[in-house]
Amino acid sequence: MFEIFGTPSTALFGQLLIGLINGSFYALLSLGLAVIFGMLNIINFSHGAQYMLGAFCAYLILQYTGIGYWPALIIAPLVVGISGIIVERFFLQWLYKLDHLYGLLLTFGLALIFEGVTRNYFGSAGLPYTVPESLQGGRNLGFMFLPNYRAWVIVASLTVCMGTWFVIERTKLGAYLRAATENPSLVRAFGINVPRMITLTYGFGVALAALAGVMAAPIYNVSPQMGSELIIVVFAVVVIGGMGSILGAIVTGFGLGVIEGLTKVFFPEASNTVIFVVMAIVLLVRPAGLFGRSG
Amino acid sequence: MDRSANIVTTPRDTFRAPSELFAFVVMTILLVVAPFFTYPLFLMQVMCFALFALAFNLLVGYVGLLSFGHALYFGWASYLSAYSAKTWGFTPELAIVTGTATATVCGFVAGTLAIRRQGIYFAMITLALAQMMYFFALQFKFTGGEDGIQAVPRGYLFGLIDLRNEAAMYVVVLGIFLGCFLFIYRIIHSPFGEVLKAIRENETRAISLGYQTDRYKLVAFVLSATLAGAAGATKAIVLQLASLTDVNWPMSGEVVLMTLVGGLGTIFGPVVGASVILVMQYKLAPVGEWVLVIQGVIFVACVLLFRRGIVGELASGLRIRL
Repeated sequence: MFEIFGTPSTALFGQLLIGLINGSFYALLSLGLAVIFGMLNIINFSHGAQYMLGAFCAYLILQYTGIGYWPALIIAPLVVGISGIIVERFFLQWLYKLDHLYGLLLTFGLALIFEGVTRNYFGSAGLPYTVPESLQGGRNLGFMFLPNYRAWVIVASLTVCMGTWFVIERTKLGAYLRAATENPSLVRAFGINVPRMITLTYGFGVALAALAGVMAAPIYNVSPQMGSELIIVVFAVVVIGGMGSILGAIVTGFGLGVIEGLTKVFFPEASNTVIFVVMAIVLLVRPAGLFGRSG
Repeated sequence: MDRSANIVTTPRDTFRAPSELFAFVVMTILLVVAPFFTYPLFLMQVMCFALFALAFNLLVGYVGLLSFGHALYFGWASYLSAYSAKTWGFTPELAIVTGTATATVCGFVAGTLAIRRQGIYFAMITLALAQMMYFFALQFKFTGGEDGIQAVPRGYLFGLIDLRNEAAMYVVVLGIFLGCFLFIYRIIHSPFGEVLKAIRENETRAISLGYQTDRYKLVAFVLSATLAGAAGATKAIVLQLASLTDVNWPMSGEVVLMTLVGGLGTIFGPVVGASVILVMQYKLAPVGEWVLVIQGVIFVACVLLFRRGIVGELASGLRIRL
């Protein structure tokens, strides 16, 4: 063991790891928000609640059917994604022509409903979800102890983020999506079913949130308010990064997670607020956000 | 809204439309008579929240800026009002002024940051800044953390009138409420208010007409924060309590809900909305957590079915201004 700035290295690397973990979730969630905003012009306030629903979905199928973590990684995003598609068809599609703020208000209402219902049935205490057997334990890297599950979360979320980036920036489907973001009516005139693309985009964005929820379940407890606490931080991340670029959302998410982790080591009192402070500074110095176009 | 509305208006009588004057008289009479029929404490709470919603509506309804962090000004004004009355022994009017001034300062700082971005970002920035101040309230010693500041003395108004007397307290709250209501009405119908509405309708055009819209937006933001602070500071004296509930994000959501239910951009909407929501919470207290779900359903229903809110629908149905 050695010391850096008078701090034991294990504590420093431990917090860095936690920072990276939090950063994975920031990145996944802000990525979903950015994708949804690009197509729907709606800020999905229920994103946090849908992340929570993903975690609950994994918890419930384990409790009642015994289906474990690995299938849950597929099932929960599917279920929550489909519920998102229903939400888009029944509610959101009527709002596209209105002021952005109505989308925010509607999804805020949905978030209250999701959170209220889960709170009624499961209480506000956290429910435990065990780490899958194949990922239990960890390895000693010499300078720190790395639990296998946490390593998996970081790798998995990076993979999903990069995969999403690749699909949107480098494939034909992504090209349609970007084109529809820029000019939906023109893309429609080329014979592409834009409304269906919008519906599926929302479903995909929500599924990403649910995936993050399943991955978070073994780390944090599964609780109804796990999403609402996180979503506000993710909003700050989105303001800092700007929603113009996918890669920007990923970099900002991980970066801020690490900054938060480091703050926990050197100035623990500020760890809850550091991201908001960074947001304030960015607004002063670069109002459009680090990667943003003006908006 | 008529985009070519005449920007320069001359001040005339206080109320522009007879319907507004009529509604104001009805509201005043109701508030004077109501304490004989129901709990004065509940009515005072309604007035505080109605003022809070009025302050919020000034920003969202007349400048088109949706702040999702108005709990910051309400809650922090409430803390400073409670603290100054309890620990520094301020008289109630000084405590309320202290709380309100706190909200003004917070509003200036937050407003300066938030108006740098528009639309949806504005909402996210205000929410994030409010959450930051919530964490400060949680960590600072003087706020009492989870307990909040309890048993705040109501004290003597101007050192003379004992406010432990419910009737005296009621008159004070009614005075503050009506005073602020008329002040807000005046702002909305002043030349300054007309510029705000012009910014709401078409900011680019307002800029091209030579208005420095950022300054107007900042002043409107600070005014809104100050009035929200007046509501919070008064509430702390009335209920003799300041707590984390007042600064947390659900409070920001609640004021949005009140205004939305009553009618965005209507003068009486926030008052009606606050009354409806508080009565609902009071009646629904036995069902516990379902209140959250019901609030969510109201949000969704308002956005999808009646975006004008109660007062807005009424006004357009009767073709009058309210």
